[in-house]
Amino acid sequence: MLIETKGLKKTFKSRGKEVEAVRGVDLAVKEGEIFGLLGPNGAGKTTTMRMLSTLIEPSEGRAVVCGSDLASDPAAVRRDIGYVGQEGGTWGEVTARDELIMQGRLYGASKRASAARAETVLESFQLTEFADRNVKTYSGGQKRRLDIALGVMHEPKLLFLDEPTTGLDPQSRAHMWDEVRALRERGTAVFLTTHYLDEADALCDRIAIIDHGEIVAEGTPLSLKKEVSGDVVAVGVGGGADEAKNLLAAKDFVNEIEAGEADPATGVAVLRLYVEDGSAAMPELLRSLDGAGIAAASIELHRPSLDDVFLKQTGRSLREEA
Amino acid sequence: MKFLRDTWLVYSRAMKLNIKQPVWLIVMLVQPLYFLVFFAPLLNSFDEVPGGAMPGFENGAMETFVPGLIIMMALFGSTFVGFGLIAELRQGVIERMRVTPVSRVALLIGRTLSTVTTTIVQALILIVLASPIGGLTIYWPGVFLMLGIIVLTSFMLGALSYGVALVLKSEDSLAPTLNTLVQPVMLLSGIMLPMAMAPSWLQNVADFNPFYYAVQAARELFAGNLDSDFVWQAAAILGVLAVLLVAWASRKFARAVA
Repeated sequence: MLIETKGLKKTFKSRGKEVEAVRGVDLAVKEGEIFGLLGPNGAGKTTTMRMLSTLIEPSEGRAVVCGSDLASDPAAVRRDIGYVGQEGGTWGEVTARDELIMQGRLYGASKRASAARAETVLESFQLTEFADRNVKTYSGGQKRRLDIALGVMHEPKLLFLDEPTTGLDPQSRAHMWDEVRALRERGTAVFLTTHYLDEADALCDRIAIIDHGEIVAEGTPLSLKKEVSGDVVAVGVGGGADEAKNLLAAKDFVNEIEAGEADPATGVAVLRLYVEDGSAAMPELLRSLDGAGIAAASIELHRPSLDDVFLKQTGRSLREEA
Repeated sequence: MKFLRDTWLVYSRAMKLNIKQPVWLIVMLVQPLYFLVFFAPLLNSFDEVPGGAMPGFENGAMETFVPGLIIMMALFGSTFVGFGLIAELRQGVIERMRVTPVSRVALLIGRTLSTVTTTIVQALILIVLASPIGGLTIYWPGVFLMLGIIVLTSFMLGALSYGVALVLKSEDSLAPTLNTLVQPVMLLSGIMLPMAMAPSWLQNVADFNPFYYAVQAARELFAGNLDSDFVWQAAAILGVLAVLLVAWASRKFARAVA
């Protein structure tokens, strides 16, 4: 395990009142995985990440990060982790190369070793071309790549990314996802926070959903969605809707079936089948309909989204929040 | 060892940024040069009034005014360095460095030392320029000892400014706060006119101002009175304040939450 936390809490004092930003978080992050902390703004994502990256001290609880105890040996934690904050952390008046070399030296590397490593990192983040230009001339995407390059200069085992794609255009966002996946390929585990459902779903191996400072669900995106409800297969039939309903209801992979009214214009009625695994159920049910001489006019698979997961756990939709 | 290396790294990064923006070196020199050209001539006759010299001007007008001017430049040049830090905080630069194993005290000391370096360079330029412009007589051994006073002044004010910047985190509140602090300190140090001309109540207030001692010590050193009481008093007072302020600002650096 790269991260293991037990009852991690953070209480801030604000104008004499105590605010519980994080109320007892238990998390486990494995080697080489992309782990996402998903939640609305103000849920405690950033506070949790700042505690784990030694920027702020937890009020209560324990955490072991990269084999070192967070409270008793933060210096050891710092050596093994990289961190890229929301603001990034680059300065406009320096060049990427200078700042990368400095970053390497802050981690104890010699000037020469750091310069060689900077060359490699510039290459792998496609920054070589702009390496000797001041950072203020960079585009948003180039700047974001440099932010991450700075975070991995010392080849950390674990990289923290705080909202890595907030404010990026769709193309830069897709590139960023590729960069994060490439980090995983090279063996770096990534712990990221996000309030984007699609990002958590597409990019993360495992996610934890956080709300009001508490983890409300944890697992792979797929398993979380499966927990909420199975898949829904919607089949449109032109005739014999009742016959089809009876036929399919008898199948043991169908948990529930609902028949809609036939469309007066086309005569097509839609049957909604609740099944565990929609992609396995579809060929099976098409065969059954075929065997009974019923023609399917359309077929559609609905998988639950992470928003359904969030909705079930918190009673609110994440989309409304974000 | 690690602390020295860390301090050196932070210092060299800050110096590189300073050198890339040499315009600031000039900008900070402009104000004292205005004073030298448009204000100093008013004082020129003060050392030759009937009966000797005006109180405080016994060592010569320019030789009294220029040391004060240098302390003023150190005062303003160092007090406002916190602005740059707030910009760095906003960009996440400080946060990024605080996640590295670099010493948090080095983050402060390295930056403060770069402020000190800039101030020393400015002071030397000003002294060299004051010689032809104002007809200043330079006593070099005194000047070099005076640089020690400048180092302490700049060091403590740089640390103070960084510490206050970390507490306030906004340029809008930093400017009035520092101004409120620096203006009376400057007026009560006898930079413009020596405190020897002041009524006794003002003189008494000035006795509690550390920079009064800095200015007096600078003048004595400039005049070659190396054994003046003001010299060790200024060194002791500024030294103690520098240690206290650096300790305080270092704590702020270790805990800074952007």
